[in-house]
Amino acid sequence: MTLAVEVRQLTRRFGRFTAVEAISFDVSAGEVFGFLGANGAGKTTAIRMLTGLLAPTSGSARVAGFDVLTQTADVRRHIGYMSQRFSLYDDLTVWENSRLYGGVYGLSDRMIEERGQAMLDTLDLAHAAHSLVGRLPLGWKQKLAFSVALLHEPAVVFLDEPSGGVDPVTRRQLWEMIYAAATRGTTIFVTTHYMDEAEYCDRVCMMVDGRIAAMGTPSELKREHGVASLDELFVRVARATAAEGG
Amino acid sequence: MSDGVLPVVAEGVGKRFGDVVALDDVSLEVRPGEVVGLVGPDGGGKTTLFRILATLMLPDSGSATVLGEDVVGGLWNVRSRIGYMPGRFSLYPDLSVEENVRFFASVFGTTLEAGYATIEPIYSQIEPFRDRPAGALSGGMKQKLALSCSLVHRPELLFLDEPTTGVDAVSRRELWELLGGLRDSGMPMLVSTPYMDEASRCDQVVLMQQGRMLASGTPDVIGDLFPGSLFGVRGRERFRLLTALRAYQHAGTVTLFGEELHYADARPDAPDAVVVAGLREYLDATGFQDATIEVIEPGIEDVFMALMGSPVTADSA
Amino acid sequence: MPAGGTRLGALRSFMLKEVRHLLRDRQTLLILLLLPLAQVIVFGFAMRTDINDVRIAFVDPVPDALTLALRGRFAGSGQFTEVAVLPGTRELEDVFRRGDADAALIFEPGFADRIGRHESGKLMLVTDASDPNTASRIQAYASAVVTAYGASLGSSSLGSSALVPPVEVRGRMRYNPTLESVNLFVPGLIALVLTLVSALMSAISLSREKERGTLEVLLVSPIRPWQIILGKVLPYLVLALANVGTALLAARVVFGVPMRGSLALLLGASLVYSLVGLALGVLIAARTSSQRAAMLGAMVGTMMPSTLLSGMVFPIASLPGWLQLVTVVIPARWFIVIVRGIMLRGVGLTELWMEMTVLAVMLAVLLAAAIRSFSARLGNQ
Repeated sequence: MTLAVEVRQLTRRFGRFTAVEAISFDVSAGEVFGFLGANGAGKTTAIRMLTGLLAPTSGSARVAGFDVLTQTADVRRHIGYMSQRFSLYDDLTVWENSRLYGGVYGLSDRMIEERGQAMLDTLDLAHAAHSLVGRLPLGWKQKLAFSVALLHEPAVVFLDEPSGGVDPVTRRQLWEMIYAAATRGTTIFVTTHYMDEAEYCDRVCMMVDGRIAAMGTPSELKREHGVASLDELFVRVARATAAEGG
Repeated sequence: MSDGVLPVVAEGVGKRFGDVVALDDVSLEVRPGEVVGLVGPDGGGKTTLFRILATLMLPDSGSATVLGEDVVGGLWNVRSRIGYMPGRFSLYPDLSVEENVRFFASVFGTTLEAGYATIEPIYSQIEPFRDRPAGALSGGMKQKLALSCSLVHRPELLFLDEPTTGVDAVSRRELWELLGGLRDSGMPMLVSTPYMDEASRCDQVVLMQQGRMLASGTPDVIGDLFPGSLFGVRGRERFRLLTALRAYQHAGTVTLFGEELHYADARPDAPDAVVVAGLREYLDATGFQDATIEVIEPGIEDVFMALMGSPVTADSA
Repeated sequence: MPAGGTRLGALRSFMLKEVRHLLRDRQTLLILLLLPLAQVIVFGFAMRTDINDVRIAFVDPVPDALTLALRGRFAGSGQFTEVAVLPGTRELEDVFRRGDADAALIFEPGFADRIGRHESGKLMLVTDASDPNTASRIQAYASAVVTAYGASLGSSSLGSSALVPPVEVRGRMRYNPTLESVNLFVPGLIALVLTLVSALMSAISLSREKERGTLEVLLVSPIRPWQIILGKVLPYLVLALANVGTALLAARVVFGVPMRGSLALLLGASLVYSLVGLALGVLIAARTSSQRAAMLGAMVGTMMPSTLLSGMVFPIASLPGWLQLVTVVIPARWFIVIVRGIMLRGVGLTELWMEMTVLAVMLAVLLAAAIRSFSARLGNQ
């Protein structure tokens, strides 16, 4: 089983503040890996290091087989990224966005044409190919953004709160798309504030104050800590860490 | 507040921006001491409704009164009596915690000391950081500060627009505990949230989708709106299970719900036992022998999805 | 802050908050205090149209006592540098083509003799007029030197075919004897600096409030729009006046621009003018939807008209008629008249009452417009 992501003692300091402290974990190909934690717990910093946007202070990480520090360009070619805050350009049409991202990732015109068309058909958005993305309802935007992130068939996709604020039906449709991609072998690295979505992950990792406070499959974690839901687990873990003053 | 005056009454409120309908015939009430939750995804019109009720915008149609005053004509009376916490962290990041609270107190002609008793349960949690710039606070603490600022002048009614959005699970719980405390002391509140699980903490719930009300009532009443029975199916390999269930000939809707799948049968009159038996047989045959099936109570999210109707199409924007 | 007491003026606490914002944004504060000063100094030096080191060539075929004396005058003037003395005009063509000289003075043979016989001595001044502005100033300077020399000879008959004694020199010389261009520009720079600080800062401050979302909360409170506007405007007024002080200091100390009139009157006028700029900033911010747009609007709406159409650099009289009409609504135009009047001519309210009134009226109109457009409700996004 190939490892899509390997993290060893990854650390990042900003001056005297340690945002991420010596985290280590592996993610297998085709896994849906959930990254949970409060804002400021170090999730975003960790993801930035894994996507090559930030250099680690110490430790190492390999994504899609490439070292994030020394082979950043290769890493970026083999990953996709989607965040809640920004995914597509509102003032470009659906088609123009696919052309843009396809081109950015080095897809040939023909590939963009083929894959783009297939994507729109799957999403049932073919009729909206020339509508401005800004006019689409949020749910469609997010589904489209996810699909565009997959256009170049990356090995690993990083999703930063992909379903924030979206209606419940679309949220689930998005997760079904995520599952389908995972079945095809794409590794999914996702952060979310919806605890029920954490349950959809194959494995989950909870970060508190820069460190990994818990990691495992949802059922394992719940059994170990004797809780009924991941939500409760999160509260327990976060409060425990706070009580320790850590 | 005089007896018989409802904190909030909205009737047939409508609002459009250009050709986008933000609100369509929305009516609701907030009764004294009640917490009313506006529940729905982004784009549902929640913020627009708040702005109209807080006298920040004029409705295109319909009417509304807040604390007995008309939102159009009596705006200055309303504004001095309500507390308002808009969606974003509306604080001054370069002012300290205490400076923020003192400023908002003075804007209402009062002081921190005068309002201290009212905000104490909340403010005491951030008071140790009183000299820290608000911009350096964590998300949860910022919300507590924003709440303090909106309460310090002892309003008679609170409008909270998505106070828990983007905040982690722990802070969300804490915030709702604080809101519960406020409700116990008699403060009527109108709160909006995209998280359906928070809706169950409210006295009344109004489900909103694309500017329209899907339903309103107590959480229990809303639960009863679900058509038919609901079943929870648990098993390994959730995605395969989902696909298999959808292929079942009697399947109505099958949705992901955290650990389990929620199944509603397509036959509205079939008794529960028949449905379960049929499912059991099908799952055994398709290799899910250890999957469990049980009847469950529909939650607000189930009802929301059922009432939403067909998924939003791209050109209904 | 006094404990207790429920009657704290909302306006006062608003102003206090604004002052805190100002003081804590160290970067912006530094820029606001130093940039105007730097601008005055840099522009003051850079925009001089004074001519120094004019390279002059002499064509003196038969040097005599008088030609030598006149050449000496040029050399000793501090503004001219002798680069060549040529026996004839043939070489002059090459000198100009090579760009070795900016001007040339051509003596006629027998210069001294003719002067001695009380006939007019002939001189020809040729200037490189590829820059016509510079060329005419060179001609003016040169004629000044020649005229002075002629006067020293006791002879007023030093006519020439190409030298035209500029009559206007006498008029200008009353207030600007050395024709220092800096006296022309620096008062205008003070106006520019004030415009920048007031309009830009109030626009940014208000639009920041809008963008951050705190404006929404403020609106849902008893505080009235005029209190918000005033609360934002007044602290910046103090800053603007501080800038006037430093700019004046720079003008006096660095450039030696005279200050002949009443300082109090100047500050008073600056006060009114700053308020005009501040009101303009509020108006711009109320009408724009983002900080960036507000900033751009403030810069384009105030800086450009203030530099180009206020008489600061280009005389209004030299503008086409329709544009002259436009300048009437530019506040800077009136303010510059006031500043120049006070600093260079030492005049007071009796002479400047019209300009002051115009500014006051502009202020009233802009404030009213600002308050009105700053609606008590959110606009439709």
